[in-house]
Amino acid sequence: MTTVTDAATLSDARPLDLSGKSGSRAAKNSIATVVMSLSFAIAVAPLAWILWTVAVKGGHLLLNASWWTNSQQGITARRVGGGATHAIQGTLLQGAVTAAISVPIGVLTAVYLVEYGRGKLARVVSFMVDILTGVPSIVAGLFIYSVFMTTFGMQRAAIFVCLALTLLMIPTIVRSTEEMLKLVPNELREASYALGVPKWKTIFSIVLPTAFSGIVTGILLGLARIMGETAPLLILGPYTKAIASDLFSGNMATLPTMINQDRDQALQPAVDRIWAASLTLIVLILILNLLGRFISSRSKV
Amino acid sequence: MAKRIDVTDLNIFYGNFKAVEGVSMSIPPRAVTAFIGPSGCGKSTVLRTLNRMHEVIPGGRVEGKVLLDGQDLYAGDVDPVAVRRSVGMVFQRPNPFPTMTIRDNVAAGLKLNGVKDKKRLNEVVEKSLRGANLWNEVKDRLDKPGAGLSGGQQQRLCIARAIAVEPQVLLMDEPCSALDPISTLAIEDLINELKQKFTIVIVTHNMQQAARVSDQTAFFNLAATGKPGKLIELDSTSQIFNNPSVKATEDYISGRFG
Repeated sequence: MTTVTDAATLSDARPLDLSGKSGSRAAKNSIATVVMSLSFAIAVAPLAWILWTVAVKGGHLLLNASWWTNSQQGITARRVGGGATHAIQGTLLQGAVTAAISVPIGVLTAVYLVEYGRGKLARVVSFMVDILTGVPSIVAGLFIYSVFMTTFGMQRAAIFVCLALTLLMIPTIVRSTEEMLKLVPNELREASYALGVPKWKTIFSIVLPTAFSGIVTGILLGLARIMGETAPLLILGPYTKAIASDLFSGNMATLPTMINQDRDQALQPAVDRIWAASLTLIVLILILNLLGRFISSRSKV
Repeated sequence: MAKRIDVTDLNIFYGNFKAVEGVSMSIPPRAVTAFIGPSGCGKSTVLRTLNRMHEVIPGGRVEGKVLLDGQDLYAGDVDPVAVRRSVGMVFQRPNPFPTMTIRDNVAAGLKLNGVKDKKRLNEVVEKSLRGANLWNEVKDRLDKPGAGLSGGQQQRLCIARAIAVEPQVLLMDEPCSALDPISTLAIEDLINELKQKFTIVIVTHNMQQAARVSDQTAFFNLAATGKPGKLIELDSTSQIFNNPSVKATEDYISGRFG
């Protein structure tokens, strides 16, 4: 009580202290700025170093047209030449098939969770998706192996790699689609119901088109993530040097397995090819990322 | 075409909470009925039960009867989607569909219900836009996105969209509250024209608007916060504003609360 009256009398007597930044506050500000910039530099440095190293060591091979058109058929670790088209095609094909399976399942699950799910089933599904998000890629690969190879006795093939990658891609798509669907304003749904449009039609004709570019971005980012997953490939997708397009039998090459194949090699041509394959994989993922951001920047919502 | 609505002993719930109690009223065809009352008294809630939009909210529940020309909208075998095709609604904030052109927006109610004949769709689009007083302003840009219009134009677009499906009744939930005075005037003139063809119910916070636009006014109020809202008085607009019978109505009209 007394302090209040004291302060009241004091502030009546003295003018307000409005002078500029005090010395110690300015110093703290500078220290904080330096610490933050240093942290940023430490975080970015390894990334920049990786990109620089891979670009310098593998870049020259990418500039060769034959890198993009030839496979490794007939090339040994000792010989220079050949290309990575078998691996590039394999990565893209498996990515496309994985997307073709994961996208409908993921998007429809998200639609259920956002538009319909109110009760226990929705909570269970949401929880399961959360768990799936954390499953390590090697466990996904081992799971598919144990079901199809051990139990059913089938041979390893690219389709099983796609199944393992689907397990990893579905939770990403469910979560990102969920977020985009929640961003669609409820008043659009209400406007549609008020016109006498049934709920399922409202979802497919109004809600999904409105969220479309965001959903596509989520899919592209999910795809970029799983294209680099190597553990399922090591378990389920043995390497080959030739171009392969049969998903159901035989071996198919991918960029990660191409890199893995020659990683113990000391011979320069093989080492060059590994760096070039690494750069190719990074470039492919970068393109998908940029495409995703470009589409989302043109979003209408 | 326009039908009358008779509400008998309507109780509206959100889950277990009774929001509105014991509403009974008649809404005559080809006239404008205004719902007025302080915030939270349940006017929008009652409006939304007239086209079965209240049950879209999780836990939304209705007891009582709403009769459209004698047909109970809440009978067991009635499809809510069919009800909404007969009782249209315009919302407080204009909400044109962002991914559709102006033409597609107006035709949305018909297209999404399976009408494919291009000729008929174009005729309906023109008729509805003329009916909403928007045709002259947009006839040259029907294929541009609906979101590119001003607020007043967007609201008239939403009205065109609502009347394109040729409902019997048009419900309007504070249609001008998000608009500037000039657009508001345009929409009030529009309501005057539309009432020759439709039954119109309008919820408004603006008492002067209710006095300008409506033939009949219903005053809703809460007994206390947490208590359900009730219909206090229903009478012709001139009676309500010049000679109300209930004291609460008179207090609200003269601005003593609200």
